[in-house]
This record gives sequence, C-alpha cells and structure tokens, in this order.
Amino acid sequence: MSRGVFSAIGIAAALSISLTSCSSSSGPATTTGAAGTTGGNLVVGVTSDPDTLFPWKATQFQAVNVLQNIYGTLTEFDKDLNVVPGLAESWKTSKDGRTLTFVLRQGVTYGDGSAFDSKDVTSSLKAIMDESTAAVAATSLASVKSVDAPDEHTVVLKLSGPDAALPANLATINMAMLSSDDTEEKLNTAPNGTGPFTMKKRVASQSITLARNDKYWGAEKPKLDGVEFRVIPDESSIVSAMQSGNVQLAIFNDPLVAQTAQGGSITIAKTPQLNYHALQLNTRRGGLDDVNVRLAIQCAIDRKQVLDTAALSEGEVTGPITSPAFKSDPQQRPCPTRDLAKAAEYLGKAGKPNGLTVKAIVSQGEYATSVNEGQNLKAQLAEAKITLDLEVLESGAFVDRWVAGDFDAAVALNGGRPDPDGMYGRYFTSKGNLNKVAGYSSPELDKLFAEGKATTDPAARKEIYGKVSAELENNAAWIWLFTGYTYTGTTSQVKGFVPMASGSLQYLRTTTLN
Amino acid sequence: MRRVFVHNRVVRRVAGMAGTLFGVAVFVFVMLRAIPGNQITAGLGTEAAALTPVQREALERYYGLDQSLFTQFFSWLGNMFTGNFGYSARSQQSVLDLTLHSLPVTFELAVFSIVLALLIGVPLGMLSASRTNSPRDALGQVVSLAGLSVPAFLLATTLLSIFASSFGFNPNGQGFASLFENPLLNVEQMFLPALVLGFGIAAPILRTTRTAVLEVRSNDFIRTARAKGVPPRRLQVRHVLGNALVPIVTMTGLQFGYLLGGAVVVEQIFSIPGIGRQVLLGIQQKEYAVVQSTVLVIALAFVIVNLLTDILYRVIDPRVRAS
Repeated sequence: MSRGVFSAIGIAAALSISLTSCSSSSGPATTTGAAGTTGGNLVVGVTSDPDTLFPWKATQFQAVNVLQNIYGTLTEFDKDLNVVPGLAESWKTSKDGRTLTFVLRQGVTYGDGSAFDSKDVTSSLKAIMDESTAAVAATSLASVKSVDAPDEHTVVLKLSGPDAALPANLATINMAMLSSDDTEEKLNTAPNGTGPFTMKKRVASQSITLARNDKYWGAEKPKLDGVEFRVIPDESSIVSAMQSGNVQLAIFNDPLVAQTAQGGSITIAKTPQLNYHALQLNTRRGGLDDVNVRLAIQCAIDRKQVLDTAALSEGEVTGPITSPAFKSDPQQRPCPTRDLAKAAEYLGKAGKPNGLTVKAIVSQGEYATSVNEGQNLKAQLAEAKITLDLEVLESGAFVDRWVAGDFDAAVALNGGRPDPDGMYGRYFTSKGNLNKVAGYSSPELDKLFAEGKATTDPAARKEIYGKVSAELENNAAWIWLFTGYTYTGTTSQVKGFVPMASGSLQYLRTTTLN
Repeated sequence: MRRVFVHNRVVRRVAGMAGTLFGVAVFVFVMLRAIPGNQITAGLGTEAAALTPVQREALERYYGLDQSLFTQFFSWLGNMFTGNFGYSARSQQSVLDLTLHSLPVTFELAVFSIVLALLIGVPLGMLSASRTNSPRDALGQVVSLAGLSVPAFLLATTLLSIFASSFGFNPNGQGFASLFENPLLNVEQMFLPALVLGFGIAAPILRTTRTAVLEVRSNDFIRTARAKGVPPRRLQVRHVLGNALVPIVTMTGLQFGYLLGGAVVVEQIFSIPGIGRQVLLGIQQKEYAVVQSTVLVIALAFVIVNLLTDILYRVIDPRVRAS
C-alpha cells in the first residue's frame, strides 16, 4: 500500500485528533491502531427509524445519520465543514476548470469484502445522473458531461463548465459510492459500504445495530465495537433512558427537552445549525413583486424578537449563508434592526401607504416553533400596517403547497449546506431546479453564482458569495430570520465525539465508551 | 326449525361483520388519499421539489402510485384475501410480518391493562356502592374522576420520569423484550404502560360496577335472598356481583377492543412496538399498504372482541339467551 494514502488523509485525521483532544484528555488522541482497548457498544437514542437504507434517496435526518457511518463518499467534510479527502485521496482541476481528475484511495474494501475501484465510482456517478434511478443528488452533477476511468485508481470527470462546488457536493451521503455489483433492491435490506461501520441487524421500528468495520481505510480505526440506534419515539423518554444509563448519546431538537436533560451525568453540547428559519416571499405573486413592499416587510421585522419569543432565544440571528466558512454578516442588509419609519417609507414608495395583506403558509408539526414564529411575525407586521394572513397547514399539506410553489409567503425552516452554491444555486438562479419555490432570480444573481462556480480560490469565492448574500438581502428576496441549535446529549462515559453543524454523527468513528 | 333460525342468525351476523369491514376498508382507503402528500413527499420532504418529471415518474412507478385508485383499491383488497397484506417500503418487510410482530405485543398490553383495570375498578366500584354518599363512595368518585380526566400522556411521562430519575428504573429505555425471549424484562416493560392504560379504563369500569351493583341490590330477589339468610359475603359475590356482571363485561369488552387500536400514545412514550405505533408510523410515512391493512386488522379484532363479548354475556345471563 502506498505511503501517499496516509499522508493524504493526514489532514482529516489531524483535524479530528486536534478536536477530540480538546473535548477529552483520555480520548483517542494517540492512534497506534493497537488492539486491546475495546470501545464498547454505544447506544444512540433516535426518535424514529430511518425511512430508507438506500443512500441515494435518503434525506431524512435519521437515515442520513445511520448511512453516513456505513457508506463512503469521494470527499468528506471535517468538523468545520471544510472539504477533505474521502475515498478520493486527492483531486485536481484542469486549468480551464473543465476537467476534474480524482485519484482514488487504494486498499479500500466494501463490507462484503470486495475491493473498491474506479469501476464503482463510474457506475455510481452514472447511476446518480440517470433520472430513472430517482437519485436525489442528480442535479448536483448537472455540470458533469462524462465520467471515465482511465485506470483502476483514477476517475476523470469532464464538465460543461467550471464547478468549484462539485467537491463539496460529492461529500453528501446522497453521493455514496456503491459497489457496481450491488442493486438498489439488495441494498435496501443489506447495506454494503466502505464506511467505518457495517450493518449488523435491523428490527423494524425498534433498532439498527452496526458493527465496527475492522478493514476501514482510515488511519484512525473506529474504536467502538458497535453502535445501536435505538428508536425511542418521544424525546423526553430518551432523556429518561439516558438518566437510567440505557442510552449514552442522543441528538435533541426541542430546546425545552435539552434544558431538562442537562445536569447529572448528561452533558448537552449546543451546535449552531446550517438550517435556517426564514419568511420566504414569492416575488411572483401578490403584491410581493414590488421590491419596496418586500423591503417594508424586512424593515418591520425584528429578528431578535422572533428568536426570543418563538424559539426561547435558542439560536442566532442570521443572514442567508450559514456555513462557518462563508457566513453572511447579519447586519449587512437594509434595516439591520427594526425600523418602522423606514417600513412606512417603503410602503409609500410602493404606493401602498395604507398597507396590504400578505397570505402566508405555516406548517403545523413539521418543527416545533413554526406556528409561534408565524404569530410573532403577524404581530410585528401588523404594527407596520401589513396584515399577515396565516394559513396553518398539516405538514404534508405544507410540503405539497411548498413543493408546487403555491404560496405568496411561507414561514419555513430550510436545510442548509456547507457550500453556498449547493445551498442557494438551486433556489436563486433562473434555471435552478428550486427556483419555482424560491420565487426570485435576477441576471445579477445568475452571474454571481456562475462566477462562484468558476472560481476555485477560497478567498475569492468567499467574496463572491458575500455579494450574493448582499444581493439577496438588498432585494429582500426572502427575510432571513435565525438559525437554531442542535443539542447533542452525551453521558459521562462517552469520549471523543464531535458534534457538527450539519447534525452529522460521522465522528462516531472517533468515539469511545469508558 | 330452530336450527334454521340459529343458522340464519349466524349468517346475518357474519354478513354484518363483512359489511363493517368492507366499509372500514373503503373509508380508510379514501381518507388516506384525502390527506395531502404521498409517499414521495413523505420520504423526501421539501427535497421532492427538486425532482425532475422523469425522476418523479420513476418513483411513482416504484410505489405503485401510477395506477388508478380503482386498481389500487381492488388489487390491495384482493391481495388481502390471499394473505398478501402489502409491503412496507420503509422497513422492507411485508405488512403481514410486521403485524404478526406488533399485534401480539398490543394484545398482551391490552390484556395486562384490562386485568389491572378490573383489579382497580371492580372492588372500588363495589366499595363505592356498598354505602352511597359515604367517604368510601367519595374515594371511588375521586379515583374515577382522576382516571377519566388525567390524560394518558401526562401520567405516562410523569411515571416514567419519576421512576427513571429517582429510582433508575427504566426497563423501557432498553430494547424491547418479547414475552418469549425474556419474560421477566417483558413484564417489567409492560407494567408502567399497562398501569397508565389500566388506570384510565378503571374509571368507566368502576362507574359501571357501582351503578350495576346499586341496581341489582334494589331487586326483589336480593331482599328475598337476604331474608332467607344468605351470608353477606356470599350475597355480595354470588348474587349481587354475579348479576351485575353483564354491563361490566360489555364495558370491558368495549374497552378491550378500543385498546387494540387506541394505545398509540402510550406505546409511543414507552417505546412499545405495538400495532398502534405501526399505524402511526404508516400515516407519517404515507405507507398506504401499512395503514390500510393494519387498520383492517384492528377492525377485525374489534369485531371479533365484540362477538366474543356477546357470546360471553349469553353465557352469563340466561335472559339474553332466552330473548
């Protein structure tokens, strides 16, 4: 095996080591791969069962969390959501940005023992791009014209244009590299990946048990003997299961539950999320086509008040981009704080000095704070003579209307992504596949997003997405409100786990149980 | 002549049951499709907006949503007769398999709950009736009021947190143990949920017992028995309770049937993998086959329990037989 393998993943390993050593002194800071210490079996409390075990279709949080530990991707994210090597030990972009060459890691095997090579990569990427497989990440590969494997360890992607976001897009579990011998049907019941754990047992709606993959390629081998994801549908029941020592790790969404859990042997770590709460405005409907109306709405809203009253102050006021590396400055927008005089001025400019009515859809039950947010926004906007007409919908009905773009405004919690192109390119470019839902695009944004894709220099990209962010806020395409936290509860035996802003459980591979 | 009469009644009864079940089948099928969203949006959530038309078609074909509703309904119902209850895409198991695992769990929970409810409800009801408007009657009233008004979820979470945080007793935080694998752990895991459910059901049983006992006691034959010198205990148990049993059995049967589908909240809180939770998960995921078939199984169980209750009080009460 080449030495290069180890140096390439050195970056990833070093990052995770530096982090784990902060959180615990006795953790897995030194890795000799020595056998002897058994890691024990960790029980993770989850509120529901994965809805699928097929990684290309998994979008549910629980499914992603489980599958991330079983499957591997060409690239990965580190704890700060930087893109680091995964199954590809390195990659190179050609000068014109139209060719991306991956050098694959050698000596990687699947859980069933078969070897991972370029054939698996080409077959996986081609299948993801094939619409008939209904893989959800297909559009992330839109710029890919062809996939070739000149040899066993090299894969070459020819692109229709430069795509700097592609390496980050390849890091999601929806881009898992499957063995070319496997079929969806087979993997639905028997997952077979290159990840740090392998699937051992599943009891429908009760538990999923993983076992350590001793042949895992990482320099640092997973420590735990196994991980059991145990389904306990009620978050407070998970807390009592942790108190009595039956469960050692859990992720909570409800801030109230997290507060009650804190204390005794349970520690709660708060991690800011990539997800963001926003009042989405559909600029193609109602009176919202007028930028002055939208700016009036923006000026009439105190984001801190929404956060304080609707979400118990658990979160941070945010601008559009939430990932640490590209973060927007929330103060950079017209009316960074509430300004009712300014709101009235904008309404005057729009020719609606007596205000107007905006209809908004709100989901009931999809996430805990939705209706409260809607009520607070309604109360605040009323003071600016804007009537927010709330239509509270069951979450299925909300998703249906949202997906169809059938709303004037929507109180929404949207998922974030580490790369701003992956996060907003699909919404705010005129050809983006979610543009119907976003309800806004402009030639400036199209240009900026294209530039962002074509630029590889991180500093230059950060500047470009700063402009994207400003463009979105200056036009009040949506009103970005706040980001919440995820709460990771661990009992005192758990060492070496690193919570991530994406809510990912990928650091189960560095976790030990004392 | 008499045999024909009985035969007719059985036929009518069976026809009635089949009609009820068919009605349930149609109702569930229609209601389920009236709920917005389908398996695609349930699985992908807002991510479904990113699907291209070709991707969407592929998924619709996979879930059988491309068929007409008429075809969907009759192929499902037809398959049910051959023992094919459909397939859960979520757990990759047949609904029959899932049901065979979850129904016994709920059945056990229901039996356990009913036993606890009877142990609480019947003696307290008799005690209440033994002297009306006395402190012991008030005790009965308080217990039944509490049973009726304290919501199950509140009692469940309270009990769970008291037992877990104060005594470290939380068998439900472990994986579920079936009665045959690990009977001791199973009984431990069933105890709290059965207590919560049983307490709720004890209330109507207590009230029914009280009313029935009072009514029976006012009958002439009791006075006669007492005059003949039947000892008080024998009088209470054999004459009063024996005759008060009919309404108690009816009430118990109804509650039992209700438990088979209605224990959802308690199953959810205590993570008991019963049939109520199976329906709930099915609705959340819009797994049509799971919901339709499971609801039909619950309805069938309800109908059977009703039938058994009928038969049982024919046995208990000769008057019903005579009519």
